[in-house]
Amino acid sequence: MAEIAAPSTAAATLPQDLSPLRAFWAAFRENRGAMFGFCVVAVIVLLAIFADFVAPYAPNEQFRDAVRAAPMWADGGSARFILGTDSLGRDMLSRLIHGARVSLFIGMAVMSVSFVIGVLLGLACVSLGNAVDVAITRVMDLIMAVPSLVLAILVVAVLGPSLTNTIVAVTIVYLPRYVRLVRASALTELGKDYVTAARVAGVGPARLMFSTVLPNCLSPLIVQAALGVSDAILEAAALGFLGLGAQPPTAEWGTMLADAREFIRSNPWLVTFPGLAILITVVSINLAGDGLRDALDPKMRRS
Amino acid sequence: MFRYLLRRLALTIPTFIALMFVTFVAIRLVPGDPVEVRVGERGISPERLAMFRHELGLDQPVWKQFADYCVQLMHGDFGTSLATNQKVLTEFAALFPATIELSLAGMLFAVVLGIPAGTIAAARRGTLFDQTLMGLSVTGYSMPIFWWGLLLIMFVAERWGLTPVSGRIDLIKYYFEPTTGFMVIDAWLSGQAGAVKDALHHLVLPAIVLGTIPLAVIARMTRSAMLEVLSEDYVRTARAKGLPAWRVIGLHALRNALIPVVTIIGLQVGALMAGAVLTETIFSWPGVGKWLIESISRRDYPALQGGVMLISSIVIGVNLLVDLTYGLINPRIRHG
Repeated sequence: MAEIAAPSTAAATLPQDLSPLRAFWAAFRENRGAMFGFCVVAVIVLLAIFADFVAPYAPNEQFRDAVRAAPMWADGGSARFILGTDSLGRDMLSRLIHGARVSLFIGMAVMSVSFVIGVLLGLACVSLGNAVDVAITRVMDLIMAVPSLVLAILVVAVLGPSLTNTIVAVTIVYLPRYVRLVRASALTELGKDYVTAARVAGVGPARLMFSTVLPNCLSPLIVQAALGVSDAILEAAALGFLGLGAQPPTAEWGTMLADAREFIRSNPWLVTFPGLAILITVVSINLAGDGLRDALDPKMRRS
Repeated sequence: MFRYLLRRLALTIPTFIALMFVTFVAIRLVPGDPVEVRVGERGISPERLAMFRHELGLDQPVWKQFADYCVQLMHGDFGTSLATNQKVLTEFAALFPATIELSLAGMLFAVVLGIPAGTIAAARRGTLFDQTLMGLSVTGYSMPIFWWGLLLIMFVAERWGLTPVSGRIDLIKYYFEPTTGFMVIDAWLSGQAGAVKDALHHLVLPAIVLGTIPLAVIARMTRSAMLEVLSEDYVRTARAKGLPAWRVIGLHALRNALIPVVTIIGLQVGALMAGAVLTETIFSWPGVGKWLIESISRRDYPALQGGVMLISSIVIGVNLLVDLTYGLINPRIRHG
């Protein structure tokens, strides 16, 4: 890394300054929960990327001879379907692995879109004058006032249920958090001396915002983005469960749960596995996100 | 204080106008003609169609429709359900007590467990109890509650038979007219033996499911607020005076730590409403959340519009109250 200070004669006896990245990694590594979460997330991401190679079967391949087969360890289970099959004879494990792809895709899509729009709107608030600020803040207040799932339901009801519209709905729901965060931290930064110095040096408004102010607002934003992925996954799964998210036969965890509901008495594992997949993914991301917060800024306490 | 109140009230007015605008526009964007949805597939004569349009005000210019909609709302008219032809407000008012009952029970569960748990965790910081509790808190916070509900039904209700699977009361055994809409109170008023117990039995699982995420949030918030307070000077003074630990923590520290916790509890109202949609769907709990989902599948857009409007207004109202209360109990905020 270029930031590592070249050892000078004076500094040779002192411990070397860590680069920001290495300092961050050292702090992050100490947090066992965060490391655990990070590792699980890494595994899930790899599974999602290589789903086509890892999964034993295609997610929508039906085995008519083995409908609702039990998992391997249960009575009547076999090694052919490790986690059993669903009501249409599709392999549960394969659908879960492919479901990771869908859920992570939704999470990442929501996060990146709301990150970008959030930064643009947040910076617009602080740089384009009072009218713009008031307008954007009011709209965000409104979005925050409507309960998240109710708003998402309204959006999906209007646009029609689909994977894309799930992403749109959840993005709208979570956008205010990013906007508020960027606005608040940019306002704080704008009052500092280095910004005034940059202004005096004749830095233009766009450059002032994006390359002077924005980098200093990033750490809370990164934490928000990490935790935002898990919230988005949870929200999208809830929509799927209500039949308003990804539509069958997409292997989405929430949708799979909704399909399995009627077999809760006869085939409990059909209900157990998709939910467990959601829980493990969300917990891991949240653990890693909390660790990220503690490592990036020790002053930011867990709330 | 009065100025603070006025300013805070004035701030909600644009939010309400924007809310009216959003619900108005959203429903206009829905594909499909509301009149055609209403008359069904067989179709009707053009004259009747025109009449319907006129009745619904759809032959007016859009700005006029919006103005009419706002005037209607201000008169407390939230539209008429296409499915039942009843006023949306009437339907909502009939179902809302069920949602309040569920939310109160869920919140009670969360507060009764969350505050002591968070307090103990803070007092024994770094112990196994603390670590376990924080682990559970992350799990609770991450819980897909629709799955959690199904899991509890699977084990507690089906396998162990401890509670009923769904509904608010055993309708075959007990029947009485709703007077308050709160099943537990109605059951008590009816005087039928065992009715209250049955109603409470029905309430337990949904309350746990709805209360899980608030429980995690409250426990965590209490812990961090307690940790902050425990390092204050007056706590050290109280300790130095030789007061027993439970008095220092339970009286001196907790009372001050609760200020942010109370706010968090108040701000959970929105989350409770979102959770109620899922919880009510799983447990066939006849509240506004389930009704909202059903109105979507029936394509009953006026009901959806009115429902979203009503739920949001209630949440905005409660948040406003929380803010004002916070201003009362914490004078530092008022002048901010």
